[in-house]
Amino acid sequence: MSNPSLSATHDSAHHDASSQTTAGFWVYLMSDCLIFAVLFATFGVLVGNTADGPAGRDIFSLPYVAGETALLLLSSFTFGAGMLSARAGRRGPLLAWLVTTALLGAAFVGMELHEFAALVHDGAGPGVSAFLSAYFTLVGTHGLHVTLGILWLGVMLHQAWHYGLDEVVLRRLACLSMFWHFLDLIWICVFTFVYLRAFL
Amino acid sequence: MLGRLGLDAIPYNEPIIMGTLLVVAVLGAALLGVVTYYRKWAYLWREWLTSVDHKRIGAMYIILALVMLLRGFADAIMMRAQQAIADSGHAGYLPPHHYDQIFTAHGVIMIFFVATPLILGLMNVVVPLQIGARDVAFPFLNQLSFWLSVAGAVLVMMSMFVGDFAATGWVAYPPLSELGYSPTVGVDYYIWSLQVSGLGTLLTGINLLVTILRMRAPGMNLMKMPVFTWTALITNILIIAVFPVLTATLALLSADRYLGMHFFTNEGGGNAMMYINLIWVWGHPEVYILILPCFGAFSEIIATFSGKPLFGYKSMVYATSAIGVLSFFVWLHHFFTMGSGANVNAFFGIMTSIISIPTGVKLFNWLFTMFRGRVRYHSATLWTIGFMGCFAIGGMTGVLLAVPGADFVLHNSLFLVAHFHNVIIGGVVFGSLAGISFWFPKVFGFTLDERWGKIACWCWQIGFYLAFMPLYVLGFDGMTRRMNHYDNPDWHPWLVVALCGAVVIGLGILAMGVQLIVSIRHRGENRDLSGDPWDARSLEWSTSSPAPFYNFAVIPTITSLEQHWENKLTGRAYLKPEHYEPIHMPRNTGDGVLIATWSFVLCFALVWHIWPLAMLMLAAVIVHFIARTYNRNTDYYVPASEVARIENERYARLVRVTQVQRPSSSRPKAA
Amino acid sequence: MNSSSTHSVAGQPQADGHGDMKSYFVGFALSLALTAASFATIMSDIVPHSWRLGSMVALCVIQLLVQLAYFLHLGTGKSQAQNTAIFACTGLLIVIVVAGSLWVMHNANINMMPTQAISQNE
Repeated sequence: MSNPSLSATHDSAHHDASSQTTAGFWVYLMSDCLIFAVLFATFGVLVGNTADGPAGRDIFSLPYVAGETALLLLSSFTFGAGMLSARAGRRGPLLAWLVTTALLGAAFVGMELHEFAALVHDGAGPGVSAFLSAYFTLVGTHGLHVTLGILWLGVMLHQAWHYGLDEVVLRRLACLSMFWHFLDLIWICVFTFVYLRAFL
Repeated sequence: MLGRLGLDAIPYNEPIIMGTLLVVAVLGAALLGVVTYYRKWAYLWREWLTSVDHKRIGAMYIILALVMLLRGFADAIMMRAQQAIADSGHAGYLPPHHYDQIFTAHGVIMIFFVATPLILGLMNVVVPLQIGARDVAFPFLNQLSFWLSVAGAVLVMMSMFVGDFAATGWVAYPPLSELGYSPTVGVDYYIWSLQVSGLGTLLTGINLLVTILRMRAPGMNLMKMPVFTWTALITNILIIAVFPVLTATLALLSADRYLGMHFFTNEGGGNAMMYINLIWVWGHPEVYILILPCFGAFSEIIATFSGKPLFGYKSMVYATSAIGVLSFFVWLHHFFTMGSGANVNAFFGIMTSIISIPTGVKLFNWLFTMFRGRVRYHSATLWTIGFMGCFAIGGMTGVLLAVPGADFVLHNSLFLVAHFHNVIIGGVVFGSLAGISFWFPKVFGFTLDERWGKIACWCWQIGFYLAFMPLYVLGFDGMTRRMNHYDNPDWHPWLVVALCGAVVIGLGILAMGVQLIVSIRHRGENRDLSGDPWDARSLEWSTSSPAPFYNFAVIPTITSLEQHWENKLTGRAYLKPEHYEPIHMPRNTGDGVLIATWSFVLCFALVWHIWPLAMLMLAAVIVHFIARTYNRNTDYYVPASEVARIENERYARLVRVTQVQRPSSSRPKAA
Repeated sequence: MNSSSTHSVAGQPQADGHGDMKSYFVGFALSLALTAASFATIMSDIVPHSWRLGSMVALCVIQLLVQLAYFLHLGTGKSQAQNTAIFACTGLLIVIVVAGSLWVMHNANINMMPTQAISQNE
């Protein structure tokens, strides 16, 4: 019970903090997955309930969605490149990559807002039918996540600049990186099951 | 400016509510006065409200649960009284709208603000101690989780005096819970109190899961984990899996109510059945979330007080895991009558019957643990034995309800009400109370008074059967649940018996209160100097009582499933280490309390549509959280000399009690 | 558990693994190609009608796996096994929740709202 050599290795327990935090954040992302699972299930159940309003193929534009997808994919890549700079300890390139990522994310959110505004303007707002409620909620929740991701990016830009690339900043960047890539995964399901499916 | 909030929101003309408000106000003022008189505010803030110590947070969870139990029980006895009076032609004393709020509040409070905090509290106290960790993985998050739960509880309590509460039943089925049929703020209170406390529960789930996966003492592989920790592991996995479902489902209901969407409405293609489907995807695993840690507590208690290792540890672990997996395949049994057809109903009926098998395995394991053991009838043992009989009955009526054909007859009858009280009171309440009496000394350093504990236990046991067995009969007689009044004179005698049962349970609660007061007054005589008052088996009993804030001065190395017992057998327990090292600990912080406060005001503003305040508070939550990430001074090292001082005091105390290196079940209680 | 994680070097969180520029490039290129294939499946006539749903879902799943491997660095290595296992459990749960809900609600529609179910089955 009292083995000094073992206690010495164990008292470095706080060095595990990074791996513990990323593990915890990964679990959080999994719980977020389940929120999206509920939204997808609801969308799947309600997709036919258009209540004499428009159906998906009447209002979606696939080229537009392809554009949004390209932005998000590219942002995932730029974030990955940023993480490589961070690990190499190169702060300048990291900040540049992060700014690029944030801009791409903002462009994505902008496109989505534009799409939503056009739909509402054309009388296809979320209150029209169960299908549109489910559509706006599912896609909007993803958009909200991207927006929060951009806010987080902003905070991390400042912290990387303020504190340098210390252990805490690297750990938080690692979490944000998971978050950002995770949003990409959700979007793959969104464009497949919401947009492409409407044109089957 | 104030949204829908006005002076008319306060129900002046309801004498019952105003009377309650008076009592709450007087008691609240008295409490605040006492704290002020004894100048305890600074102490309270420094040592408790801002604490990140898992044991204190756990204790506060349990205090929250016991306070809310009083409210939930007051609701229960009001309903029982109403039904005992409102027989043929009598209207009773509760008007329907008020009565509907009471049964809704009773269910919401008992599940979300009594049972859930009891479970979270027990897990918080016990898990890190059992796995040889110094705290949970994310101590600040733990504090935030707790205070978010408090925010939800306060919101529910507040709904009684400002506005009203949902009158929809505790799962708030639409379309009744939609704006058209529930235009007041009641359902909004319901939604936001569950959202805020649900977020807290989810964060705790993540926290404890990472704690169990990453912070076990060296040598403790999964199959050397104590059973309680195993059940906590599965419970936290279930929490992480299903609380997001609850969050999303309630968010969709809010979208209907706040944004005019059509998820569950009658109009616009909405489908109310989807809500029912989703809420039970959360709801069924939720009952296993509640019961599994209680199974764990019973396992620890029965092994300790039988003086034997738990019979069938491995089968216990597999049974717990099997229940965890199967709990995702049974949700439809809550709505067989929806009409999904024979194939769907048959699948879920069969799965429900199957899930009773691992539970049966556990029951036999407990019985075989007692078999030929030298059983000590401590009050925790009494709770456990009471549980076994009670839960067996509840389980069997559950399997009866799992037959879709039978369910069509019994759906929404008092038979169902009797069934789930049978398992929740018999399982969760008895389990938590047993766990509290078992682990109390580990947090507070003295044992609870046995005499009053046993009185409380007997009152609960007898009261339970008196209160709920009549409901089975009434269910067979065709009485449906949630009736405000009725005109079948045959039902009346049974309902009077049920009221008597509720009163006896009330005496049990009273006895618990007396027990607490007596125990605190006699704490000097009941002090636990050894740290192991029950001659127990797992790691938490190897440290002192109350456990020091760092739990273990030296992290133990695990070689056995029952490490502490093994150490006692081999004479390695209570060995003084040669030297101590500095210990890394988290600092107390007020951030969790404050962020939860902003969240509370945010929810209140959302309930009343006070948009400017809501925006302000949302910004406050986000900004405060970000500001927290700029605080780099969140932890510190306890110097080795300080550790040595605390430990030396402990060893000095240990010398005073009879040191018994060799365990024997007849060992006299320490002190 | 604990002993394994003490091997990690502080500042190099395991959950993020050790990608390099090449792996990000490969992942990015594969994602672009798979996305293009998904859109082409629906927007052109390359794929026969009856195969569209299947290939659309297959492309989606493949791209999810590609991104998990190349961007999130999930794998079966020692440091990654736990995260991968957690993800696999989550995947299973998602399938249960989504497929279960669709199955239950579909049957309810057929049995309780026959006319609507017919119009949906087209």
